[in-house]
Amino acid sequence: MLSIPQELVDQIVAHARADHPDEACGVIAGRNGVPERFIPMENAERSPTFYRFDSMEQFRVWREIDDRDETPVVIYHSHTATEAYPSRTDISYASEPDAHYVLVSTRDENDVEFRSYRILDGVVTEEEVRFLP
Amino acid sequence: MAIEVRIPTILRNYTDGAKAVSAEGATLEELISNLEALHPGIKERLVDDGSLRRFVNVYLNDEDVRFLGGLGTPVSDGDTVTVLPAVAGG
Repeated sequence: MLSIPQELVDQIVAHARADHPDEACGVIAGRNGVPERFIPMENAERSPTFYRFDSMEQFRVWREIDDRDETPVVIYHSHTATEAYPSRTDISYASEPDAHYVLVSTRDENDVEFRSYRILDGVVTEEEVRFLP
Repeated sequence: MAIEVRIPTILRNYTDGAKAVSAEGATLEELISNLEALHPGIKERLVDDGSLRRFVNVYLNDEDVRFLGGLGTPVSDGDTVTVLPAVAGG
């Protein structure tokens, strides 16, 4: 299960809306599996169907996370025309076994889908999301 | 002295859980061969068909080796090599 403060959810959704129709992506860092620090990342692909963290930005952010004894608790990205479910490429490139993979869909401008998954060795498991006040 | 190689979570099953290991070589390619001798199986996760895998980022100190010389990048004692899987998808 992913327990996440509503404020972080709002930040993820705002980022996804702002970058629509391109996919938005980023990280929530934290300690002991608790999501705390919102880090929007640049989508180096600037694409409506693909995302990739910029390699130098990822290097700096990952080092900072390590220096602060944090981990990437949540890795999020948006789908802008399809449902919030991991695509085949999402599954094949998933490489953080301890992260919650959050997908948001911005295909409906009045409604947002916000869902979370574990992706391990090519297997996707959806998990419950608890929104904390 | 040797070269420190920082290993991402997903590859630590090759290093008995170690976050960083030491290896030697004059180029990144030699370093990875030495790494393979010490931690069998790891090379295939980094290299495919003679070049770095597309979705693996390798950094020499603070630089992405793609902007240096790829596998031919010279490395020397005291350097730090960091491996990070690219975060990507569709």
